[in-house]
Amino acid sequence: MPAEVVRVIPQKTRSTVLMVPALAWLTALMVVPCGLILALAFFRRGIYGGIEYTFTLENFALLLDPLYAGIFLTSARIAGLATLIAVVVGYAAAYAIAAAPRNRQPILLFFAILPFWSNYLIRTYAWIVLLNREGLITQGLRLLGYEGEPPSMLYTEGAVIVGLVYNYLPFVILACYAPLSRLNPELAEASSDLGASAFTTFRRVILPMTIPGIAAGAVFVFVLSIGNFITPALLGGGRFQMIGNLVYAQFLTANDWPFGAALSMALIAIMLGLLTLQAMVAEKTAGETREQSDG
Amino acid sequence: MSTLLSVDHVTKRFGAVTAVDAVSLDVKENEFFALLGPSGSGKTTVLRMLAGFEIPEEGRILLDGKDISRVPPNRRPVNLMFQSYALFPHMTVAGNIAYGLEVEGLPRPEITSRVGEIMEITELAPFARRKPDQLSGGQRQRVALARALVKRPRLLLLDEPLGALDKKLRAAMQLELKRLQHDVGITFVIVTHDQEEALVMADRVAILQDGRLVQCGTPHEVYEHPANRFTANFIGVMNFFDENGRTVAIRPERLRVFAEGTERRIEGTVIATAYHGLDLQLHVRTDLSSEPFVVRLTAEAADRRPVAEGDTIPIGWNTSDTRIFTD
Ligand SMILES: Nc1ncnc2c1ncn2[C@@H]1O[C@H](COP(=O)(O)OP(=O)(O)O)[C@@H](O)[C@H]1O
Ligand SMILES: [Mg+2]
Repeated sequence: MPAEVVRVIPQKTRSTVLMVPALAWLTALMVVPCGLILALAFFRRGIYGGIEYTFTLENFALLLDPLYAGIFLTSARIAGLATLIAVVVGYAAAYAIAAAPRNRQPILLFFAILPFWSNYLIRTYAWIVLLNREGLITQGLRLLGYEGEPPSMLYTEGAVIVGLVYNYLPFVILACYAPLSRLNPELAEASSDLGASAFTTFRRVILPMTIPGIAAGAVFVFVLSIGNFITPALLGGGRFQMIGNLVYAQFLTANDWPFGAALSMALIAIMLGLLTLQAMVAEKTAGETREQSDG
Repeated sequence: MSTLLSVDHVTKRFGAVTAVDAVSLDVKENEFFALLGPSGSGKTTVLRMLAGFEIPEEGRILLDGKDISRVPPNRRPVNLMFQSYALFPHMTVAGNIAYGLEVEGLPRPEITSRVGEIMEITELAPFARRKPDQLSGGQRQRVALARALVKRPRLLLLDEPLGALDKKLRAAMQLELKRLQHDVGITFVIVTHDQEEALVMADRVAILQDGRLVQCGTPHEVYEHPANRFTANFIGVMNFFDENGRTVAIRPERLRVFAEGTERRIEGTVIATAYHGLDLQLHVRTDLSSEPFVVRLTAEAADRRPVAEGDTIPIGWNTSDTRIFTD
């Protein structure tokens, strides 16, 4: 389109037009399937696994069954722990990278994100090799003279958490690095100049100004962890069922699509709630931490 | 007046760059002291050493007779007003000002009253609940000042405090700062690259060049008796010409147009005229130097005997008004 034509189209119309392909894509591949799944959740499961088209709320009632509610809680706990660890470790790493000399930061970031460019399954299998009863860690211990029983590490909740943290850490590092690297170093100096200790400066100046990054990273890890089914299946050995595994089982083995749909909807509701919360945090701090024009 | 601060042969290097080179100076109690120099002359580095952000490689910094050169910034009775102001964007104006007292652990009522008092003095009370990004440049500058002043430091350091303001506001703030310094009775060390600003505000001025102290004295001393050619050129306007292998310098206001009753007299051509408020400034080309002479003519004198571009006029001076430089 010639430049003049672009110019005569009003700004608002233009941005709407430009958004059409993305919106169409999202509608076709996200909204429609989600709508179908949502509808599915209100039907009954047929006797032989099919769908019986009669309206019911039983699938949602079943979510409150202690067995399933328990799985939700377990998933939330595992995802919560993974999030906590990932945020602490990721924030520390991002802080260290942001404090390094400017010219060395890109390479450090590159290394922090490197694992992310390999396949998720391969990365997870690598942990099996490490945590196995006779895996690398046990062998390492043997080399150091350890004689006893090999420690059981694989197929534990800890293994699942380690796997989740490992997989999602790069996101947290990136999310926290962004606001940390943008922080004016003179703010920390001003705080120190006014009498604050290093810890007070961190708590009252650095941390509040980087909350949006933490929130973004945390929501990311939590949302992806609570719905994850590969890591619990591989590193938890099927012993630690999370919601993701349950959904997977409903659709692919139990053939109870309506209940699977209800579980998915519950999961989506949790995710949407958290993402909204995160957007609100970002919105609130954006106004406050806007870069000042003169400086 | 007793000495509050002694900078004693202080040197600071950054790699191969010697930012501050064996600088010594004394600042007296309650003085308004200015560090003046062109960009890159080491002014900020001196200030950062006084605040504790840089540690000198050599020399000592004495405050009230005690060596503080290795005391961390949060334990010095010294506060710095940053060139960028460095206000905390997530805190209100009142929050920014209270911060330094809160981290000191003062009781709440005392904090409230001191913050209220300083906001009255700096006319910030109406903006107490605003965030820094809702303030004008001048208001932000006052918040930065109030935040440092409320700590009641022994020494307040100001790094180009008026640099971000427009010219008119700056002139007003120069007098305002001087009045404030007098009222609060705190010693000020201010950094500026604006010689006029330093002369207007300061009791004494230290002139830095390439990290070295060139001269230190009252505005009158440095203006009338510049220590070298650099200072003479940097402070105010100075005409230079070579005579008998020496550099002779004379201020524009010491030159007399039409050379009535002066010891020396030369002819020159007016190549440019410019109005500077009440004065007319003439650029006069002569045989003495390659640069034209800058000559001041009062409006009154110009009315009596008009001078136009292209005119050939005599200018004259008395030798007692000249300075000789050998460097
Ligand atoms: N942190 C630093 N690292 C390297 N060089 C620096 C640093 N700070 C200042 N310098 C150098 O020291 C010299 C003096 O700088 P500065 O004190 O900022 O001067 P001024 O404030 O007078 O403009 C300059 O050459 C500057 O490049
Ligand atoms: Mg500077």
